[in-house]
Amino acid sequence: MANTTAVIPVLECKNVNISYYTRAGEIPAVVDFNLTVMPGESIGIVGESGCGKSTVALAIMNYMGKNGRVKSGQILFNGRDLQAMSEDELRSIRGSQISMVYQEPMASLNPSMKIGEQLMEVPLYHEDVTQAEAKQRSLDMLAAVKLPDPQRIMDAYPHQISGGQQQRVVIAMALLSKPALLLLDEPTTALDVTVEAGIVQLIKEISSQFGTSMIYISHNLGLILETCDRITVMYSGEAVETGSVQAVFNEMRHPYTRGLFASIPLPGTNKNSRPLVPIRGQLPLPQNRPQGCYFGPRCDFFQAGCCDQEAGISMRPVLHEVRHEVRCERFEAIDWQSYHPEGLSGEQAEIGQVVLEVKHMKKYYELSDSSLMAFIKGKKVQYVKANEDINLLAREAETVAIVGESGCGKTTFAKVLMGLEEATEGQVILNGLELGHTPVQQRKAQTVALLQMVFQNPFDTLNPSHTVGSQIARVIKKFDVESDPEKVNQRVLELLDLVKLPRDFALRRPRQLSGGQKQRIGIARAFAGNPAVVVADEPVSALDVSVQAAVTGLLTDIQRNLKTTLLFISHDLSVVRYVSDRIVVMYLGRIMEQGTTDEIFNPPYHPYTEALLSAVPIADTSVKKRHIVLEGELPSPVNPPSGCPFQTRCPRKIGAICETQLPSLQQTATGHAILCHIPMTELNLVEQVIQMDAA
Amino acid sequence: MTTQVKLETNEIPQRESGFKRFFKALILMRESPIGMVGLVLILFWVVMAVIAPLLPLYDPNAIMLPFQKIGAAAPDGGTFWLGTDHKGRDILSRIIWGAQKVLVWATFATLVAYIVGMLMGVVAGYLGGWADEAVSFIANVFLSFPFIILCIIIVATLGASGWTIVVAVTFASAPQIMRIVRGLVLDLKTRDYIFAAQTRGESPWYIMLVELLPNARGPLIVDACLRLGYTVVAIATLGFLGLGLPPPDPDWGLMIKEAVPLGAFAGHSMYLPAAALASLILGFNLLADGLREVSLRD
Repeated sequence: MANTTAVIPVLECKNVNISYYTRAGEIPAVVDFNLTVMPGESIGIVGESGCGKSTVALAIMNYMGKNGRVKSGQILFNGRDLQAMSEDELRSIRGSQISMVYQEPMASLNPSMKIGEQLMEVPLYHEDVTQAEAKQRSLDMLAAVKLPDPQRIMDAYPHQISGGQQQRVVIAMALLSKPALLLLDEPTTALDVTVEAGIVQLIKEISSQFGTSMIYISHNLGLILETCDRITVMYSGEAVETGSVQAVFNEMRHPYTRGLFASIPLPGTNKNSRPLVPIRGQLPLPQNRPQGCYFGPRCDFFQAGCCDQEAGISMRPVLHEVRHEVRCERFEAIDWQSYHPEGLSGEQAEIGQVVLEVKHMKKYYELSDSSLMAFIKGKKVQYVKANEDINLLAREAETVAIVGESGCGKTTFAKVLMGLEEATEGQVILNGLELGHTPVQQRKAQTVALLQMVFQNPFDTLNPSHTVGSQIARVIKKFDVESDPEKVNQRVLELLDLVKLPRDFALRRPRQLSGGQKQRIGIARAFAGNPAVVVADEPVSALDVSVQAAVTGLLTDIQRNLKTTLLFISHDLSVVRYVSDRIVVMYLGRIMEQGTTDEIFNPPYHPYTEALLSAVPIADTSVKKRHIVLEGELPSPVNPPSGCPFQTRCPRKIGAICETQLPSLQQTATGHAILCHIPMTELNLVEQVIQMDAA
Repeated sequence: MTTQVKLETNEIPQRESGFKRFFKALILMRESPIGMVGLVLILFWVVMAVIAPLLPLYDPNAIMLPFQKIGAAAPDGGTFWLGTDHKGRDILSRIIWGAQKVLVWATFATLVAYIVGMLMGVVAGYLGGWADEAVSFIANVFLSFPFIILCIIIVATLGASGWTIVVAVTFASAPQIMRIVRGLVLDLKTRDYIFAAQTRGESPWYIMLVELLPNARGPLIVDACLRLGYTVVAIATLGFLGLGLPPPDPDWGLMIKEAVPLGAFAGHSMYLPAAALASLILGFNLLADGLREVSLRD
């Protein structure tokens, strides 16, 4: 072996087929999968849910569980077949030569063990080292993953540190055994964007610093672009395109990859003139995959006789390109220049009168502290300041986005609007009617109907016990839109038409629907009472990108036609840029900046907005972005920092004034408002965060 | 590819009748052998109870020859298949008619306990606050009595009859059911569809009864099955203590009690009703296990 000059790949998957065996028979999860990871290389595997990307990772780790099995093919690690190894050999390889980082950091850490002990276990178990040595190596590794004060972290229990810190600890643990291969399965999906930005920065440095090969599994193309050298795109259990990140991002060849990129709200897309183009149809179930190309039925270039051949479609190399392969029979024949699929475009609806006005709204939650200390100090009640001095306007047919990370108070704000909570102070005025202090049960049916909501989690939004139709019908009856059963039924069917679902869905139960379909029903339900304002709380964040595009398109299209005001609550600035007319940025219960979408995405920025913009991964190689990684942790809303709420993490802090005084609001004539001590003229000089067309 | 089975999810569904759904559930039970054993045991007793009036049985209260052995000839030319007891009543007939009594009252008592327990649980879980404190306090008071002692006290106070058994079982079981339902509701009430109902101004009762309770049914069906078993135990124990269904109606517990002093020379009059009792309780327990197993599998 030593005399061969060729480098052996760290990992090689050769014609791997993986199946699950269930009550319903065999389910082929991964079909004919090939992957080569060279030393020091980072490979991204991208695909939508159910495409088999996590199954690949589990098969590499040999964690398939009772009902899953690698049916054929080889997985070679450093040239040795993992399938042929004994359980003992596998155990010594897992955790020492192959490590894995999962999505949920808390699930990977033992809650009853100190972090130090858990870290030291790794070298103690896999190598013959002393306690002192193990401890030193753990401390060094914590420092290497940029955790502040490693000694304190060593003595902490997992619940005592934040989610971002937990994920860093998990990565440190994975790296401690100096693995040859690191598997990352959606490592940042559970984290806030600004925290994610820090972790992504770290992952990028790993391969250069430690020479570790990586497989990065994600649904987010932007993250793959930032972290990986090569990419494999998966669809319905197959790799459909693989190549260097540059090649695939700039000259994608497979129609599915093309479709995936067309459904991401990249800079430059716009809901009115340049809408996203969702991929039509639905991902087939593994049991119902079509013959030939699995993407065939959803592809605009499908040709009978060629794409549906019985032998199946195999990966073919792209001529004159290195290691760029595509699973498409016709990729050379497709003329992308003359292909312009159309999305749901439309005229910007005319923005009308003010519909909703929020004035100096405050929402405090009482937190009774029964500790002895609180009793002695006489401070038995503390307040969680969920919303502080919220002011905003929303006009007819306008989309106002409320952006912020978890804990910024955006959900509380929605609850006050909906009447599930009462405002502590201030006013919420809807069509001239003060509602801030009227809980929903005391509001009139017509008023309740005016203000409806679309929820985040498609799996939670519909009651699993009732049919879809009866759930929509209930809203129609409740709001007195119709009362005659015949007409109610008619209206239910019309609403199904509105959200572009077949009429027979009325009889279905929610479990028979896909995530995107459920979310469409959620939208139909929100619009059933002819609302003036619809609050959409992260309506697409739980959906796959291609479904996201379809649901966002649908929502904006309905809104455009019905002239509804849409309050779009989200943490995802890409989607927000795409859908909204105006944006409100919140941090720790306060509005830090608000203005039109252009004003928010261009200087002057609030320093927080600036950091937030830089944290958004963008799947476009022509976009240049400044990287700003925020230091420190999100403060608790029980004890917000003195002065400016953002002062503890602000990279542009100017001095003592930030710590002592709440900034006054600086406002321009157009309504662009920034809550910062730095004068707007100075903020105006800041460089653009996101720059298009660097070339 | 090898055998590939179509999943149901892609079919266009029709609304299924309750009977059809029940039948489907039975087919699923086939995958749990334990559950099937339980189901067979229960079905056996249910069928016996239903067709009891049609069977060529002696009157369960008719006094004939005492202490007849199994298979002894009856004076009218028939056979005492399981012999007779100390008073000369046909044991087979008494067991079958006893099955009817115990099944009817156990089901009825469990049903009432469930209605009360579910209402308590959903109110405590959904409304929270003082309603939760009050309901939970009452439940805790009753839970501090051992189950069977509470039943005995209530029946002894009100006098033995089917209805007092229902009251006793309700008082003793409802707090336990309340706890289960409360726990389920605490989880379910955080779902978005509950917020959706709240944001359209539904009344708390609508939310509790229409939106919450139907979604708690899964774990409750398993529990109901187990609880039917407990109720049979309770009824038999009360009968054994002389606090069951009033004599001379056949009651398994009472049959065992009356046979105990004579166990030495007429063992079958004690063992047979005991076996009947055990098989029914076992049936409920096994069915509950099977249901749990099937519901956890995918």
